[in-house]
Amino acid sequence: MSEQTEQVEQRNKRYNKYVNAVTPKSSIFKSLIKSFWVGGVTCLFAQGIFELYQWAFPSLDTTTISAYMLCTIIVLAVILTGAGVFDKLGRYAGAGAFLPITGFANAMASSAMEFKTEGLILGSQTKFFSVVGPVLVNGVVWSALAGLIHYVISLF
Amino acid sequence: MTSVTILKGENTTFLPKNLQSVSEAETVQSPEKLAPAKAKQTVFFRNPPRICAGAAVVTQREADGPVGEYFSSVVDSKMGEKNFETAEIRMLKEAVTSAAAKAGLWPRELDLLLAGDLLNQITSSSYVARDLGIPYMGLYSACATMTQALALAAALLDAGCFTNIACATASHFSTAERQYRYPLEYGAQRPPYAQWTVTGAGCSIVSSSAEHGPRITAATFGKAVDFGVNDISNMGAAMAPAAMDTLYTMLRETGLSPSDFDLILTGDLGKLGSDILRDLMREQGIELGQNYSDCGTLIYDNTQKVYQGGSGAGCSASVFNSYILDRFLKDCYSRIAFLATGALMNPQSTYQGETIPCISHAVIIEK
Repeated sequence: MSEQTEQVEQRNKRYNKYVNAVTPKSSIFKSLIKSFWVGGVTCLFAQGIFELYQWAFPSLDTTTISAYMLCTIIVLAVILTGAGVFDKLGRYAGAGAFLPITGFANAMASSAMEFKTEGLILGSQTKFFSVVGPVLVNGVVWSALAGLIHYVISLF
Repeated sequence: MTSVTILKGENTTFLPKNLQSVSEAETVQSPEKLAPAKAKQTVFFRNPPRICAGAAVVTQREADGPVGEYFSSVVDSKMGEKNFETAEIRMLKEAVTSAAAKAGLWPRELDLLLAGDLLNQITSSSYVARDLGIPYMGLYSACATMTQALALAAALLDAGCFTNIACATASHFSTAERQYRYPLEYGAQRPPYAQWTVTGAGCSIVSSSAEHGPRITAATFGKAVDFGVNDISNMGAAMAPAAMDTLYTMLRETGLSPSDFDLILTGDLGKLGSDILRDLMREQGIELGQNYSDCGTLIYDNTQKVYQGGSGAGCSASVFNSYILDRFLKDCYSRIAFLATGALMNPQSTYQGETIPCISHAVIIEK
């Protein structure tokens, strides 16, 4: 029995090696270029909104303005998701689309849209964080850890 | 796609030794001479039932593909329903009713419905069965459900049970996507080896009383084969070994060679999976030539951004029940082998790190 299992394992190993050799891979260089320019343009656009708000509301401080700017691009990302544009952008740009906060907004909006058919509470609200859940958990855990380290260092 | 390199040396034997050593005595020359004990997986039908009609319902995306003109109806992917699941049910129902109509039957005159789909607890098929009000057996072999249904129907009819059996399957891109992957509008990237779930439904009416139509003469029931692939996107690579296992067994047990077929058609291996299957068969000493094709590569063309081609239970069902049956009617084929392949995983099993067991059932269809 064990001999047969070993044989099967060896066969699977060989097969996976073969599959790896024949499976077409996406070119890393191309992906990097695509995500760099889309991510860059997103950030440039956000910075433009930031400057615009700074010019329009001179009385506000930079923290408030950056919060306004973030809200604006989140709303824009949600609108693009609803219009069915963002998934195509995401498919093209990869990390360039999902690393900025726009990706987070897209993940939440798309989940909410997708599960709307099961009702607002059992559908949309339950599944709201189904894609972004890990982002939230990691965000909270690691920032808490960073805070703790910062506190310990500040004691000395 | 980059050309597939055949790796020699240590990569050349995929089958365990005990499976490889099939002695000459075990191979049989013709179906007639075959002793039942030797054909373990293949069933030969003494009264081969006929596929008297078929219908395929697809959306515009499939209709834009190379075999688009053969589909019996083209619908909107939501069909004016409130959700995609309901649309899938309606597509499947339409496929069954229009196939029955082509066979000159009312849907309620069908004796049995053998149907399956990709959704949890195969609800689409069950709702269709509820609406039609005929005896129903739900089947699940993922994307291989179409050939499973055909093989079972043929076996039942051969045994003298029932007269007209409807074999139907459906899949829908939007419902499969949310069940197996991500929300539709989520901007996730697909690897270049991914496949695109076909939105379509197909139905064949298999009948023991029909005078016309191709006959199902033999069926090979497949084993669940797992070569240790656990990448949910690389379905072609996961399913190719199952197709190889069934095709090899079928050829061995019937004593036929690939050149005896006008067409060897797999379900939804896609471009990559087909190439892998060719390699795997070559290792078994069987060369699949020009007469080998795959529904997943037939249904879309290269410009449609579907990566390696179509997949899903509706892929083989819609291509078979439109294009292939049509070619049979035009006497282009005298014998084909039709093997759909299915991946028997669910999202939980893949998250738990399990590899993907796959299955392939084959039917031999003759004029």
